[in-house]
Amino acid sequence: MALQDELTKIKNDALTQISAAANLDALNQIRVQTLGKKGALTGVLRGMKDLTPEQRPVVGSFANTVRDALTAAIDQRHTELAADALQARLAKETLDVTLPGRPVHEGTMHVLDQVMEDVEQLFMGMGYQVVDGPEVETDHYNFEMLNVPKNHPARDMQDTFYITPEVLMRSQTSPVQARTLEKHDFSKGPLKMISPGRVYRRDTDDATHSHQFHQIEGLVIDKHITMADLKGTLEVLAKHVFGANHKIRLRPSYFPFTEPSVEIDVSWGSKAGSDDVTSKDNGWVEVLGAGMVHPNVLKSAGVDADVYGGFAFGLGPDRFAMLKYGIEDIRNFYLNDQRFLTQFKQEG
Amino acid sequence: MLVSYKWLNEYLPVTEDPIKLADQISRTGIETEEVFLREQGMKKVVVGHVLKSEPHPNSDHLHICQVDVGESEPYQIVCGAPNVAAGQYVIVALPNSWIADHTKIKKSKMRGEVSMGMICALQEIGFPEAVVPKAYANGIYVFNEPHTPGESVFPLLGMDDPILNLDITPNRADTLGMHGAAWEIGAMLNEKPQFTKPTVTETGAPIDDLLTAKVADDASLSYHLRIVQNVHIHESPLWLQVRLWNAGVRPINNIVDITNYVMLEYGQPLHAFDYDKLKNKEILVRHAQPGETLTTLDGNDHELVAQDIVITDGQDPIALAGVMGGLSTEVTEKTKTVVFEAAVFPPTPIRKTAQRYNLRSQASTRFEKGINKADVLTALDHAAQLAEQLAEANTAKGVLSPANMDVLPVVVDISIDRINHVLGTTLSTDTVRDIFGRLGFGVEEADGLFTVSIPPRRWDISIEADLIEEVARLYGYDNLPSTLPEATTTVARFTPIQKLIRYSKRSLLAAGLNEAISYALVNEDEATEFMQEKSVPTHLDWPMTKDHAVLRQSLLPGLIDDLAYNIAHSVKDVALFEQGRVFLKDDEKTVRPREVEYLAGLISGQWQGRAWETTEQPADFYLVKGIVENYLAPLHLADPIRYTATDQYSEMHPGRTANIYLGDQLLGFIGEVHPARTAAINAADTFVFQLNLDIILAAKKVALMAQDAPKYPSVTRDIALLLPEEVTNAQVLATIRAHGGEFLQNVQLFDVYKGEKLPAGTQSLAYTLTFLNPADTLKESQVNADFSRISEQLEKQLHAQIR
Repeated sequence: MALQDELTKIKNDALTQISAAANLDALNQIRVQTLGKKGALTGVLRGMKDLTPEQRPVVGSFANTVRDALTAAIDQRHTELAADALQARLAKETLDVTLPGRPVHEGTMHVLDQVMEDVEQLFMGMGYQVVDGPEVETDHYNFEMLNVPKNHPARDMQDTFYITPEVLMRSQTSPVQARTLEKHDFSKGPLKMISPGRVYRRDTDDATHSHQFHQIEGLVIDKHITMADLKGTLEVLAKHVFGANHKIRLRPSYFPFTEPSVEIDVSWGSKAGSDDVTSKDNGWVEVLGAGMVHPNVLKSAGVDADVYGGFAFGLGPDRFAMLKYGIEDIRNFYLNDQRFLTQFKQEG
Repeated sequence: MLVSYKWLNEYLPVTEDPIKLADQISRTGIETEEVFLREQGMKKVVVGHVLKSEPHPNSDHLHICQVDVGESEPYQIVCGAPNVAAGQYVIVALPNSWIADHTKIKKSKMRGEVSMGMICALQEIGFPEAVVPKAYANGIYVFNEPHTPGESVFPLLGMDDPILNLDITPNRADTLGMHGAAWEIGAMLNEKPQFTKPTVTETGAPIDDLLTAKVADDASLSYHLRIVQNVHIHESPLWLQVRLWNAGVRPINNIVDITNYVMLEYGQPLHAFDYDKLKNKEILVRHAQPGETLTTLDGNDHELVAQDIVITDGQDPIALAGVMGGLSTEVTEKTKTVVFEAAVFPPTPIRKTAQRYNLRSQASTRFEKGINKADVLTALDHAAQLAEQLAEANTAKGVLSPANMDVLPVVVDISIDRINHVLGTTLSTDTVRDIFGRLGFGVEEADGLFTVSIPPRRWDISIEADLIEEVARLYGYDNLPSTLPEATTTVARFTPIQKLIRYSKRSLLAAGLNEAISYALVNEDEATEFMQEKSVPTHLDWPMTKDHAVLRQSLLPGLIDDLAYNIAHSVKDVALFEQGRVFLKDDEKTVRPREVEYLAGLISGQWQGRAWETTEQPADFYLVKGIVENYLAPLHLADPIRYTATDQYSEMHPGRTANIYLGDQLLGFIGEVHPARTAAINAADTFVFQLNLDIILAAKKVALMAQDAPKYPSVTRDIALLLPEEVTNAQVLATIRAHGGEFLQNVQLFDVYKGEKLPAGTQSLAYTLTFLNPADTLKESQVNADFSRISEQLEKQLHAQIR
């Protein structure tokens, strides 16, 4: 048989085997048997030395086309079989996707801190500086600078923890107001600040009272600050904290350091803003106190009350959180039951 | 202050629904907490005339009464009250009536006798004990005059009168009298209240013949006395009793009731002395002499101090001025001649005296907060007039006024521009003039400039801001525009400590610790626990409880408290941190402590609880240390951090605690809480740390400079060392670092072994060393040279065997 015939036969046989190969191992076997060093093709080509010089390139060229054809066929079959094998493997690889994922450790910020951070961010966006002050205060800053001289009846409104007659645990964050006012250089622009922090009162702890709680004081002083600005600012605050559908209303009240003084109600509950005065739930809850800074407070801090004026407000993060999340016992905030703390995860 | 709707209507026409009225008052002036109607929920309670009262045959205390209740036949009612008697007009709850506390009264049988309802005490129809006249406190109420049987008792007893409960702020004490309340509500409703001026007939003796009066050392600013003679002491007429009990005051007798009534009317406290009991007929108002004593009306003895103001009979105290009368001159049934006192006492001494003897009263409250100085004499006259009318008295001629004061209106100027400037409004002068007019202020205006004359009854108003408030509240806060402050750019940014605090919280939250906020006031023992700095505690002068009496000097006692609370509530695995201040001072002499920002964490029990595919992982030292290291790393502190074993904290495990140093400064500590402490609260092994943030804030930092990611490959070599047990990881690292050469990038400990497989007293530590030349491909020979130098030094310096 001429070499070419042999090559053709090898080719045809191999092609048949390749297309019949059932797996990658079998295919590899065929490759070795056909194209390997001891394979059929190599065997045939060894006979090339007996050919005439004219025949050699002809047969050689033919042998190369056979090798190429077989290599291509094996590669193609290899791709097919690999795909089949992967398919088979994947078919076996299944998971119970309902099993839980591995736990990720991430703590929860205290809900009071969340409320304070939220308020802080809002006011920083409006250009208010966050100012901290001492928790152990002097009577001077906690009361006297705020238009509450000794023996003022308003001192009864706040029972205070004293350390000495002149030093006390601050009963409000308002002293930070007085301290900042005193230092502020109005030639450099208006004063806009908030001051969050812990405060202390001589109260017996129960569901609605705590000897330790939090306040955020706000203060804006400039040449043209109006009570309408106070109303607008608190509207922004109420909508930010409680939601866009909440309204506020101002009611007259009394704080020694503001005049006029107001309390702020926010529309609340199923009868929100209904003004249904025949019911205990008239659709409003009190959320904060505010007013126009009393001229005596400005004067005490060395600010010209004829030129400068503005508003101040004070809110309770504890109360805000209790309202917003329906928390009924203020002690929850300070007992730190981990189950209570970790429920306050909500973003977006 | 309880304001009667009916009484109010005597001064001005009020037709508004009481509940709506209350809301309006809240919105324009004074918070009105509730509107109260005593008859609410009750019905079929009528006047009964007791025709016959006989002892019940089967009872030692019940009576069988025949009571005319306006029906054709009398009702038989069994009554257990000791004071029931024939002839009385009484309160009868008919069968199927409703009385207080949603109680229904039915026809019943009592010990065999039919009872058609119940004869009632005032308490049974909703009167609080505190206002029930003493005579009827332990029995049924008996009307002091006849009424028609069957008539509803509600109007007779004032139970149909809506009562508005005004929560009066300290600045509005002017409304602590009905006249003041009427002015306030009148301004709101645009109605001018009308008051009748009292008239005194003065048919008695000249007062100068009866008594002299003197005020020493400004003990009273305005002091006036009237005397009424031939008084007859008895129960007040029902209308007066109704006014009192509806205002929360118990009726006593006509004279005492008059003083209380006039106080409620004008806000002016009055006192009545029994003239015949005055040892000397000379009244002297002065400060007490230390050691003087007085028995007050409530029967309590007081030893007085020099700051107390007293009324004396020329010698001995007979009353604590403005606070409470003395027992020795009390008005009783036998009193014939009464001295009425109307005065103004200085607020501060009154407040102090009331506090000192725990005698806060309606009178002292009013003197503390101020009274209408223009009405002192009017109130005194009204008392005398009422005594003439209700106690058949003769008023002595004249008034003793040993102290007097000029009472003038206060004049405040204010411009319309100022008002609009502060409120952000565009009110017209007419609107503002109208508001001042409604308040009853005198007002003149020219070119937008108001001159406002404020009557003495509004002593709270003296400056512009006060007037602006009046305008704002009566104009209505709802009508105020809503704007934001004019845009002047201000820069808001966190201060360095604020940033550090916020980073601290972020880092620990990300590490898996939950934020706690504990009490900053702790008990005496806790105050000195877990302290990392020398300090003496700061004590509250007058704590509320022992649990919260001292300012904390460490955050850890609070976190341990939190842990104990969790364990007690079955939460065993706890991971908490707290950021807050501790209060430190160097010695007892220092009053105000330094407030230092601290950060502390606590992990107790299982860090990783039981879960499929994950093994349990109890908290341990290295878990907490990892959190601290991870927290400190991004701060790029310039000085090195060192962990040094310490047994200095008695609350901590002596072998598992380390001080954390930044350079030579103690930054904090870390370790296991002493097992005795955790056992006491049934906690599992508990690990804590605490750091001083103020030190971190002040510490030198290294600026972060970017470096290119390496272009050349790194080479790693592992080295396992058999070392004497006492050699620390820190020593090994220091030795490797010292001799690592310029290409040693990183040393990573990957194995620690101590145990049976090693010779006693040894341990095995294994590290991966990473070498990198950022400028070129490292040559194998270079790494080999570095590695063998390191190995040699470890052998030489630490007696390591390379394994």
